[in-house]
Amino acid sequence: MFLEKLSNLPGVSGDEGAVREAIIEILQGHPQLEWRTDTTGNLLVRKNGSSSPSRRVMLAAHMDEVGLIIVSIEKSGHLKFKSVGGIDSRVLVSKRVRVGREGIPGVIGVKAIHLQKPDERKKPFKEDQLYIDIGAKNKEEAEKHVSIGSYAAFDTECLSFGEGCFRGKAFDDRAGCAVLLELLREKNSLSFDAAFTVQEEVGLRGARVASYTLRPQLALAVEATAAADTPDTKKEQSAAVLGKGPALSFMDRTLIVDRGILQSLIEAGERTQVPFQFRRATAGGTDAGAIALSREGVKAGVVAVPCRYIHSPCSVLKESDLQDTVSLVRAWLEAIA
Amino acid sequence: MEALIKELVETYGPSGEETAVRELIDEKVRGSVDRTFTDNLGNLFALREGPAPRLMFSAHMDEIGVIVTHIDGNGFLRITPIGGVAPHLLVGQRLRFKDGVIGTVYHEKIKGLKELSWPKLYLDIGAASREAAKERVRIGDMACLHQPFVNLGERYLAKAMDDRIGCAVLVEAARRLPPSLPQGVCFLFSVQEEVGLRGATTAAYRLEPDYGFAVDVTSVGDTPEAPLMAVSLGKGPAIKVKDSSVLCHPRVRELMIETAEREKIPYQLEVLERGGTDAGAIHLSREGIPSGAVSIPCRYVHAPSEMVDVSDVRHAVNLVMKLSTRAWPLLDSGNGSR
Repeated sequence: MFLEKLSNLPGVSGDEGAVREAIIEILQGHPQLEWRTDTTGNLLVRKNGSSSPSRRVMLAAHMDEVGLIIVSIEKSGHLKFKSVGGIDSRVLVSKRVRVGREGIPGVIGVKAIHLQKPDERKKPFKEDQLYIDIGAKNKEEAEKHVSIGSYAAFDTECLSFGEGCFRGKAFDDRAGCAVLLELLREKNSLSFDAAFTVQEEVGLRGARVASYTLRPQLALAVEATAAADTPDTKKEQSAAVLGKGPALSFMDRTLIVDRGILQSLIEAGERTQVPFQFRRATAGGTDAGAIALSREGVKAGVVAVPCRYIHSPCSVLKESDLQDTVSLVRAWLEAIA
Repeated sequence: MEALIKELVETYGPSGEETAVRELIDEKVRGSVDRTFTDNLGNLFALREGPAPRLMFSAHMDEIGVIVTHIDGNGFLRITPIGGVAPHLLVGQRLRFKDGVIGTVYHEKIKGLKELSWPKLYLDIGAASREAAKERVRIGDMACLHQPFVNLGERYLAKAMDDRIGCAVLVEAARRLPPSLPQGVCFLFSVQEEVGLRGATTAAYRLEPDYGFAVDVTSVGDTPEAPLMAVSLGKGPAIKVKDSSVLCHPRVRELMIETAEREKIPYQLEVLERGGTDAGAIHLSREGIPSGAVSIPCRYVHAPSEMVDVSDVRHAVNLVMKLSTRAWPLLDSGNGSR
């Protein structure tokens, strides 16, 4: 699958070009596929399988990831930034980033511990106390490579490790993109629209216009969702766990999943014996929330790959969950075709 | 009308699970309109055909509730809210699932009310084990309050007055409309209002009305030490000026006031500081739809027992009727194209 390749690309919300180009390259040469991009940067792919479905189906995965945007360049050559999308600022200190289109290496710095006042040591640093150091000796030097508005993405190489696990950045939602690519490229008879959307992390923006264009009757967002199966979390507070298959949402902040879609996903899983779990949380939102309210309304659901340490420089997922997500979505598409 | 209200408020229907309410309303309203139909999200449209313009009155079918997120080893259920539910108002309450399973809400050990948060609450359905609980309830199942309707004489007390009372007002108004109307009227029974005006968003897009009206409950300021608000129970329906989702169109408001005064219907003006209605979604649909709202004053909104005044309800029906039967002008859209 293409998770590794996609994970390594920078694509902070609003700057998804590199991811989009990579996906288009992967799509090349497949006769069943046609695609276009829209003005917001969404990539809309149509798969024309041999079946002629009774309903227009849209799958959505977002290309963008959380990251940083440069808001000022200091005299010293350090870059001040704001986060794009939801990032816990406590995870930022000492992390490596790549800045701008050229991918200039940088590191997020903060004042050294021996210089911190006693009360500063007690509290985590906030975003505005941090800066990106790109090794420039002054502002002029820095401006040769970076301008205000440049993006910075986490610099984490995707790696397969442990018992069938991957670690890397941007699994939310390159995992979903990888699942869609698998379903688009494999030989099957299915016909559907796949939207690789932009700006999900800042408010489901790409999906809103993509669904307006595609006018689906049924839609599924393929996402990555927070797994908290870690030693410090009570079981009832962990939304999902690794290794038990895709997590099906019943509700989140943006969507109450259509009961018919939820039921058809459950049946697809049971029929094909693909493991699945329920996402035991109602926080967060996905593209499906925007799609559901498009035009006259769309029945929508969410299937998500469980993923630990989401929205951080390095998250962890299990390859079997990725495969099971492909299988479940395929089985669902077959059932509704 | 009391029987209709009782039936509506006692029906199960948290946001996203409005089917039972929809079927009940469809059955009650079908005979009074030209046709009814349902859309993808579950909105029910009840249409009286007529010349332009077209009015749309929207009352939402959904009520607040909870959803099951976890079933533990001893059969206790963990829950999170659907819509604006205060956790302290649920403690000790009975909740009911769609198929009739009933449970009671309680909390873990806490030092005081301040510690009461959703992770501390659980729902006990009397199941002795996880297996027993799973036979009755699944993760993702929804429950709403289990409270009977009570007639207190001049006032009614029930769960889900928000907004089944609006639904009842529309059903009753539809029944009493004359055979001929000066314009088309749609009574919309919307879904998922409590989680973000979602049903009204897609319904307004589909119907393209020329005017939109929410028919919903509003808070009051007539209880002991209540937050300041110039709306009381028993002084007539409120004509909305604003809430946090909409600034009602001034011309619509004027015409509503004019109608109420001409018909001698008592009314109050409503400025609601916090809260939204379907009008918030409708007025932003497509190219913008001039919108207003008829509000039914209601005490204890989103608490297990909500109270409305019988005469307010009766006058609200009359106001909706008179708004439907008066002729509405086609508003100039600014470029003279309409």
